[in-house]
Amino acid sequence: MNYSPSAWAVIIFLLFVGLVLGISFYFARKKQTASGYFAAGGNIHWAVNGIAFAGDYLSAASFLGICGMIAFYGYDGFLYSIGYLSGWIVALFVVAEPMKRLGKYTFTDALDSKFNSKSIQLVAAISTLLVSIFYLIPQMVGAGTLVTPLLGIAHEWGVIMVGLIVIFIVATAGMASTTYVQFLKGALLIIFSLVVVFLVLSRGLSTAPDAGQQKAYHEFTTIRVSEVTADSLKVEDATYQFQKIHTSKTHKFVELTKNSVTSYWLLNEKEGILEETQSIVTPEGGTALYNGEPKASGKFYPVGNMSVIDGKTSDAGVGKMNAFNFIETIKEGTVIRWSNVLIKDGSTSISLYYQVPTAGRDILKPGLKFPLDPSKGGTTTTRLDFISLMLALFLGTASLPHILIRYYTVPNPAAARKSTIVAIASIGLFYVLTLYIGLGAMTGGVLDLSNDNMSAPLLAKSFGIGIFAMISAIAFATVLGTVSGLIVASSGAVAHDLMDRFFDMKLSDKHKVMAGKISAVAVGVVAIVLGMVFKSVNVSFLVGWAFAVAASANLPAIMMILFWKKTTAKGVVASIAVGLTSSLGMLLLSPTAFSKVYHITAVAPMPFDNPAIISVPLSFITLVIVTLLTQKNQKDKKALKA
Amino acid sequence: MSHGPATEWKKDNSASIKSKLGISMFIVYTVVYAGFVIINVFSPSLMAMDIGSMNLAIAYGFGLIVFALILALIYNDFCTKAEKRLNAEAKENKDGGKGK
Repeated sequence: MNYSPSAWAVIIFLLFVGLVLGISFYFARKKQTASGYFAAGGNIHWAVNGIAFAGDYLSAASFLGICGMIAFYGYDGFLYSIGYLSGWIVALFVVAEPMKRLGKYTFTDALDSKFNSKSIQLVAAISTLLVSIFYLIPQMVGAGTLVTPLLGIAHEWGVIMVGLIVIFIVATAGMASTTYVQFLKGALLIIFSLVVVFLVLSRGLSTAPDAGQQKAYHEFTTIRVSEVTADSLKVEDATYQFQKIHTSKTHKFVELTKNSVTSYWLLNEKEGILEETQSIVTPEGGTALYNGEPKASGKFYPVGNMSVIDGKTSDAGVGKMNAFNFIETIKEGTVIRWSNVLIKDGSTSISLYYQVPTAGRDILKPGLKFPLDPSKGGTTTTRLDFISLMLALFLGTASLPHILIRYYTVPNPAAARKSTIVAIASIGLFYVLTLYIGLGAMTGGVLDLSNDNMSAPLLAKSFGIGIFAMISAIAFATVLGTVSGLIVASSGAVAHDLMDRFFDMKLSDKHKVMAGKISAVAVGVVAIVLGMVFKSVNVSFLVGWAFAVAASANLPAIMMILFWKKTTAKGVVASIAVGLTSSLGMLLLSPTAFSKVYHITAVAPMPFDNPAIISVPLSFITLVIVTLLTQKNQKDKKALKA
Repeated sequence: MSHGPATEWKKDNSASIKSKLGISMFIVYTVVYAGFVIINVFSPSLMAMDIGSMNLAIAYGFGLIVFALILALIYNDFCTKAEKRLNAEAKENKDGGKGK
């Protein structure tokens, strides 16, 4: 699909950036203390902090990734919404108040409050840095992915621009400016998502969605064929010339030419027809052709529609719907989804997208992305993988360093609790909306098959350029906000945990702020570089990594310190180290890492992608065993002290 | 012995009762969440069952989100009352630590 930057998107984006920089300048004018820099002086109102939590948490992956996944896979994308929201229960009931009571600036403070152990300071700081950097990569890659369609500039420039703005936000006023940027972004995101859902329901559903009368829906055609053999067939429409048959694992595709434009068709042998597909053909070292023509010709059609509504197959539609009959109409109808297959023809790669009519009932229940039902390809491995994912989402939230440090920006534990509840209410509302935005995009004729992350902005575009500009600016702000939170967390780990405490550099308040700012710039630069290096890696996959590593490394230590009095410093250190290395190790050996990151076809040693089901219990068990083995030391120390 | 933590705990006399309630509510939610995962894994076809205009998958999913909020509000109400009751003495000493 061809994107042209919209002037409104640029203007609104610039206004937003101006506002953000203004906020940063405003807070930078005030005298800065370490507490002001790392924790906004602990005097943020709980309601502001609650919305800022939403701003922190609803990253590009949540907003773009989940909506995109629902638009392509239906309910399975919504599973992420449910898991991400449920994770806040762990944050509220277990972590919020003790975190505020025990810590000062960083998550390491809280872990170390009982022990004052050098080893805890070191491993917890390393864990904070690693998790933050894993989380940073997808945000930066996301920033790059967004700029091209929205502002019309190259991926690298997007990454650099976001990096520089974020470094500015953090290095001027630290957590105070970061918090207000998050607040603004969180509030705008929720308000505009509500607007989009309202528009989706008002427009309703149609078998030929015309993207708000902007573009007539492209009717995909079929051609009759006869005399089909393994490598030839006869096309009845004589304007097409038969070229050859390509075979994938499951389907046969027929290459035809007409007026010297190449097209690919799915062979339906049973009915003796060819079904139109969409293609992206990339010769080695050459430019890609979209449906046989350059991208700029706009021949790669936006898709996504219902083929059956209320039992009718053509010219059917329902307008002005509510939240219930919208779901019901999809459930009782049929939706055209698109599958993708990659075929190699010599050195040319051909990416084909073909229609898969899917019953609404299957769209609205799990199984299209994560096969669980044995009759539909579910195996023990896919089930374990699913349980593991849901475990990581549940336990990961309360272990993310940039979420945890937000507990230090409020005045007391009661405010920490209240801000978590505001977060649950606002994030919960947003996640309910994701289902409608995703399904709206799935059925609204707006999907770009080559980029699922753009589903929500493209849906907004079909409602007019104003909404599109606003949603685009918010998507950017989403990246800015989350990245600045992560950079504050990392700079706290370097300046406070490592320099001040682990290396005993005894920094003065002023020097600590300076060290924090320098670390922020350094981490920001690292983030920019990583954003370019990991350009082609799937964004939501990397977010999954961050959750799994955070849940395995941090959560067992946090929970056991709070609820098991016998826990020793050595137990905590061992648990973080084992959780970190085991989850990272398994991720690096996972099937997705092999195919999507290293691009090799060898069979991965790990049978499934999500390590949490093994690494979280392993980290807990390590903590218990090491703690029990080191009890004697603890008693000796206590005896000595007495 | 360690003075630091001791004074910290004195500031909020309701901490231990709040944490006990927190843990029990956490367990309740975990059971409901686990139920969702278990149905998905062992009886995925059950998720397609009609519930009004929705199906079980969507009703349970929305339910988990709404249930989280309801539990959170109950928890907050209980905690606020416990704080008022148990920290009354601290208030007299004017170090109540109440936020803005």
